[in-house]
Parts: sequence; C-alpha cells; structure tokens
Amino acid sequence: MGAPATMKVTLHVWRQKDRDDPGRMVAYPNVLVSPDMSFLEMLDVLNERLIEKGEDPIAFDSDCREGICGACSLTVNGIPHGPRKGTTVCQLHLRSFRDGDEIFVEPWRARAFPVLRDLVVDRSSFDRIIESGGFVSVRTGGCPDANSIPIGKSEADAAMDAAACIGCGACVAACPNAAAMLFVGAKISHLRHLPQGRAEQDRRALAMVEQMDREGFGNCTNYYECEAICPKEIPVRVIAEMNRDYLKASLTAQERRTESGGP
Amino acid sequence: MTPRHLAPLDGRAPLDGKAPGGPLETKWERHKAELKLVNPANKRKHTILVVGTGLAGASAAASLAELGYQVLVFCFQDSPRRAHSIAAQGGINAAKNYSNDGDSVRRLFHDTIKGGDFRAREANVHRLAEVSGSIIDQCVAQGVPFAREYGGLLDNRSFGGALVSRTFYARGQTGQQLLLGAYQALARQIGLGRVKMFPRSEMLELVVVNGVARGIVVRDLVSGKIESHAADAVVLATGGYGNVFFLSTNAKGCNVTATWRAHRKGAFFGNPCYTQIHPTCIPVSGDHQSKLTLMSESLRNDGRIWVPKQTGDARSPDVIPEGERDYYLERRYPSYGNLAPRDIASRAAKAVCDEGRGVGPGGLGVYLDLADSIRRLGEHAIRERYGNLFDMYERITGENPCRVPMRIYPAVHYTMGGLWVDYDLMSNLPGLFVIGEANFSDHGANRLGASALMQGLADGYFILPYTIGHFLAATKLEKVGADHAEFRKAESDALERLKRLLAVNGRRTVDSFHKELGKLLWDQVGMSRERAGLERALARIPELREEYWKNVCVPGSGEELNQSLEKAGRVADFLEFAELLAADALHRDESCGGHFRVEHQTGEGEAKRDDERFCYVAAWEHQGAGKAAALRKEPLAFESVHLATRSYK
Repeated sequence: MGAPATMKVTLHVWRQKDRDDPGRMVAYPNVLVSPDMSFLEMLDVLNERLIEKGEDPIAFDSDCREGICGACSLTVNGIPHGPRKGTTVCQLHLRSFRDGDEIFVEPWRARAFPVLRDLVVDRSSFDRIIESGGFVSVRTGGCPDANSIPIGKSEADAAMDAAACIGCGACVAACPNAAAMLFVGAKISHLRHLPQGRAEQDRRALAMVEQMDREGFGNCTNYYECEAICPKEIPVRVIAEMNRDYLKASLTAQERRTESGGP
Repeated sequence: MTPRHLAPLDGRAPLDGKAPGGPLETKWERHKAELKLVNPANKRKHTILVVGTGLAGASAAASLAELGYQVLVFCFQDSPRRAHSIAAQGGINAAKNYSNDGDSVRRLFHDTIKGGDFRAREANVHRLAEVSGSIIDQCVAQGVPFAREYGGLLDNRSFGGALVSRTFYARGQTGQQLLLGAYQALARQIGLGRVKMFPRSEMLELVVVNGVARGIVVRDLVSGKIESHAADAVVLATGGYGNVFFLSTNAKGCNVTATWRAHRKGAFFGNPCYTQIHPTCIPVSGDHQSKLTLMSESLRNDGRIWVPKQTGDARSPDVIPEGERDYYLERRYPSYGNLAPRDIASRAAKAVCDEGRGVGPGGLGVYLDLADSIRRLGEHAIRERYGNLFDMYERITGENPCRVPMRIYPAVHYTMGGLWVDYDLMSNLPGLFVIGEANFSDHGANRLGASALMQGLADGYFILPYTIGHFLAATKLEKVGADHAEFRKAESDALERLKRLLAVNGRRTVDSFHKELGKLLWDQVGMSRERAGLERALARIPELREEYWKNVCVPGSGEELNQSLEKAGRVADFLEFAELLAADALHRDESCGGHFRVEHQTGEGEAKRDDERFCYVAAWEHQGAGKAAALRKEPLAFESVHLATRSYK
C-alpha cells in the first residue's frame, strides 16, 4: 500500500538540548521520503531512524496535523511554515520539494518565544495577551436569545476572517522586528466587528497592546511579512484596526480615568 | 417502567444511573431545583481540578471559576487553545427551530436516542436537548462568529440522522470558534487570578483517598517534574480514545491515559466497544501515514456519494456515465439518502469496497461528488460553504474537488464509550466527574453529527456547574492535602512506571508498537467485528503488551522534555485498554450503532439489535492487573420512546 519512498533529501535541523544550551544545526543526509508524505511525517520517519540508532529524536510540536490547532511551528528554509502559501507546516507535503533538496529546519526565532528544546518554543506570551483582554466579559448563563441582535453578513464575515487565527506565532517568526501585531490585531478585529465585543473595545485595545509590549514583542514597521506567511491569510488590515482602537482609546482613556478613578 | 425482558444481572446489583423520577420533560428542571447549593462565600474554599481544556473542560473551568470556586486546570498541549475540539469542522446542533421546519426539544431528543440505536440513557439525552438552545445564546454572547444570512440572523444546515436543519456553524471551523469562545472565557478567569493554568502538564494518576477522588499526579512535560495536586473534586475532560487505533482523525496527542488511570483506581469504564467510524475521511496514502483527516459530514448536504456499478471499473470518474454509477446511499436509504447516520454510511462504504467497487489506490475509497450542487448553485456558493475543506483536501491529495470528485473512506473519529457517569456526571467514585467525550453518556452506540460540540458545551456550561455544587454541599469531605500518604504512593507509582519504560532499552520504537496495535484493532475490532477475530485480538494484545515491556526503546531521561517518553506512557495504557475494548465487543453479542457484529445482521446487511439481552450499559470494573474486568450493568429503560428498529429507508 501507498507510494514508495522515491525521493532523497538532506535535512539540516536545529538541535538544542534545553533553554540554556546554545544549540546548533545538525545535518541528516539522504533521508528517504515519498512525495505524499507531509513534512511532519518526514520528521516522524527520521525520528524512528534516530531512535533505532540510539540517538535522541528531534523534538517538535504538533497535534491536530490538520492545520487548525496551531501547535506546529517550524521555519523551513527561512520561511515560517515553509514555502506553500496559506499552509501550516503540518499540511505541507513533500511534493512541494524535489529529489536531492537540502532543507533547513529551525524553530520560531523571537525573544518572546524562548526555545525549550530543538524545535519546540514557549508561546505562553500569546496566552497572557489573550488573558489581558482578548474576550467578551460575559458569564455563563442569562444571555439573550442568539437571534436577538442581527449582525449583517459582511460584518459577521469580517469578524470570522480575523477569528480564523490559529495562534501559531508564524507572524512573529516572520517579522524582522518579532512583532505580534497580526496576532493581537486579529483578536481585536474579530471582536470589534461584533456588537457583543464593542462594549469593551477601548479597554481591550489598551490592555492587549500593553501586555504585548510587556512580553517583549517588537513594533510594526510595515514589512507585511506576517500577512505573507500567515497560514490563515489574516490580512494586515487588522493591524490598522488595532492601531485605530488603541489610538482612540489612548486619547480618551485619560478622561475615563478621572471619571471612574482608574482604567 | 422497566421492560420485563431484561437479562438477569449476573448476581450483581444493577448500576443506578440516578436519573430523577417524574415525567421526562420536567426531570432536569425539578432536579435543578432540588440540588443543594454552596454558599457563595464558601465557594472559594473549595478547590476543583479540571483536566483537559477542550470544549467540555474549558467551558466547565470558566463557569466554575465564575461561580467562585478555586480552579486548577491542566492540559498536555502548550496552550489550552489547542485542545482537539478545535478540529471539529461541521457544526453544533440546537433545537432552536430557527428554520421553521418543525424542530423541537422533543425531536432533537428523539433523533439522538434513535441515532444512538437505543443505547443511551433517556433522561440525559432529554436534558442535552433542553439546554442546547442556551449553548447557542451563550456562544453568540461570547462573540462566536457563526454563519449568518443577509438579514443578519443565524444560518443553519442539515447533518446526518436528522430531517430538520438545526446545525449552527462557523464556515468549516465551528469547533475552532466554539473552543476559542470557551478558551477566551477561561483566559478571562486566568487573568482575574481565579484559575491557575498548567499547560504542558500530563495527568499520570488519579488519587483516591478512602474511596473518594481527591487529586491527581501530573508530570510537567518541560522539566519532567512529578507533582501532586489535592482538591475537593476532580473533573476529567480528557476526550476520547480513538487513537488506540493509531490511525484516526484525532490529534496526535489524544490518549486514554487519564481515564484509564482513573479506571484502574476504581472508576467503571462504560461501553468501550462503542467507537465511531466516520464515513467521510481522506483515504490513507501510505505506510508513513501519521493520522487521518476528516472531511466534514456537512459535505453530504451538497455531495452525492457513489461508486461505479461495475466491479473493477478503473475509468476516470468523469467518463463514467450517469447510468453506470451506483449512488448506493440514495438507493438503499431513499428518505435519508446521503444524510444517513455515520455508522450506516461507513458500513455501506465498506460493503461496496469489499465488493471490489472501491475507487482510488488500493480500491479503498468512494466518490463524494459535488458536481450536481455546483451546477445548481454555482462554484462560488459551494466554495463559500466548504472553502477551507477544499483547500485542505487539495493540499493533501493534490486534487481540486470542484473538478474531480473527492475520494473518501471511513476512519476512526469518535468514541461514544468512556468512563461511566450517573445523571450528575459523577463516576462511581465520589468526587470524580467526567464530562465531554471522556464520559460514556449521551450518544448511545452511535453519535450523530454536530452533537459532540453540543454535548461538550452542555456538560461544561450548563450541567456540571450545578451538579458539582450539589456534591460539594452534600458531602462532608475530610481534610486531605497533597502530603497525604496516598499522594506519595501515587507519585511513586507514576515515577516507577516511567523509570521502567526508560529502563527496557529494547529494539523497537514506541510508534512501531502503536502501529501494530492499531492495525490489529482496525482489522479485528473495527468497522465489523466477529467472534473469531475478536478472540484473535484478545489473544494477541497481551502478547504485544508483554513484548512492549521487554523490547520497547525509549531514549532520553525522565528529567527533561522527552516526547518519546510521553508517547511511551500513552501507548502502554492503550495496550491495556485495547483488551477491555475487545472484550466488551466480544461480550456484546448483538449489533447496535457503531458496534457491528457480523453474526447479527438482517438479510440486507443492517445491524440487528438484541434488546432482550443487551438493553443495558456495560460498565467494567477493574479487578487488578492481569485479571479480567468484572461486568456491571445499568439497565436502560425506555419510558418515552419505543424501542424500535432503526430505519432510515
């Protein structure tokens, strides 16, 4: 059953024992693969070989392997998630490569995403940004009927376009400044396009942007690399929307502070 | 009324599901009114552990924290947002009747009972249908961007096993959007300091003190450190065990460890043989395959399923004329057609492939053809409905489903079995609650499409927060901290097991064992099962397990991030659990829902239930290592629906 292993590639993979290890690239020549394999299945095959030889397998994050959980996080030949547009690395298949190719595999590189081991990074900074304000403050129960507030299809679609973000962090890895603005903008945009999210629009923008800065992400200088590599093709307009909300909230926040005695 | 024909219960007292009395329609309302409440000021004195952050776990954790409990949450992923609920595509059912097509709580209840082939507890299913509407209200309030019509109201579509349109959806990413809603509610509580979150933490043991669940032992997957957490109640929301088959549509990390470890500590395992094989998945492409990918059942709204009439017809699908195609679901089930329930659609696909009429490599595939719908509605409308599914299909197969019919084949997708729970979602171990796919409760022997999301959120938002409060208010708990001797013992058991795995130092990788186990189960305990094959599996599994502990190779140490060790522990548990799954399948000498015994079928190949002998939940009690589990039975009494032969014709 199945396609035979018909291609040979040479892999150069970042190996790093733990957070403190400086790490290095290691070459794995002549890995036999089939074009129907996914990129991660190739790493599975290589790992099986390494374990059988008594070597340490390569650690990498992956879970759903359907491009939706956002766990996988490999930079392939310098491009987060590899060469195929709108595709996570778990959905990248080897038919995108050729026999004899040399492939370089590295983790996300950003100060706010420390490497834990090999290709595994710590992205808890993203969770802390959501915890600071990436939600609608409703409790369970007592909500009005779902159809009580009509939402125009174009607004609902705009919200969904932004809500499609999988939180993988490729935008940060692609940005020369390691900015997280596409990620943060996506959540702000998702919720600002819905009436349910508007009550907290100002508060949300201030809190999330401040947390983003605290986590050590860089600033946006309009490279648009994030949009180009985003596996869910989130548009940079979400960054503009974030900036608009943040600016407006910053200008009006002073008033609110004096009114209520605090933000 | 209990049917007279119930089988004798083998001398053991029947298990009591503790469904409240009175008319079905008012059971939950009355029960809620009678449940004891915890004084708001006392809630913060109670600690609750929630393991798993999918729809059930995240919604429960957020709701419990909102009520004021101290909540500790654990997940093995790097973030709670990545739990496998995220991958659910098609939608979530709710009896809103927004489509004006005659839907009601009663109808959703009835469809679910019938879809489950009369093997679920009536009272639970009715409650599920009752709260389904509130789930949609809750999610909309959280900002879940469901699909809408131009007028701004919510859109619906149809799913298998129903003749009404009651499925709410967010493109092909409904699970993602619902999970992000629950995750954001959870994140808010984490930000407020009411939930302490432990990502990259895997539960390795349940701790039971004097018969009551009082805590867990977890391993920090980065440092390898083993830690104990004590609490007043433990909630398992750890999903299903589909990965026992190795190839499934589950995420790579999905596992049975939490529920299996709880089972070994005394929790009954309910109906482990009820596994769901989903009819519309992308066929296997080779031995390297690490997992299978689902194509949402919603495609069956617009896709027609067919194979060539002629055996061995290898022509390209576009040159096979209409008259030489067999739309076998439409032919066999004219009233439900392509929307026949999952178990039936899967077996029908297997049947035509077994006849040699399958398509694609190896003949293990059938066509799902969207051409008629594209002609009727235009490619744009179809792409808008299923765009992301098409992209996924094209990336995996290299084919465009708007030009060439999709090839699909059944794959393991969901497990209806799980830890046995009573009406309050509490296992037989006091203090251990089990929610979502991890419990056995609401889907009987077959789950209908778009009902998993409904159940996970019903349990987490609207059921557990009430019932767990009752337990805490009604139970006098002794003071137990993580320094208790039972915790020390559980920690040393967990550590010992890891050390043993590392010490084997054999020749075979963990994956090679997992693949062999999976193939054995798929062949003998898969879509169709028969006595001889089940006995073969039951003979082979212990041998494989023995070899595992003698010949597995787990590199590295326990004091570091070690993914091989994580997998090794999970596969060790799968190797134990698989035996219970096969034993349950052998014991259930009838066909029902997803459990198809070749010996029990009608002349037309439909499942033949045996209500005289098997109208019960099989709950298995662990009897110690190396001993066969003991069977406990919860009789199923149907008061409101008539036990009938399922027909979708």
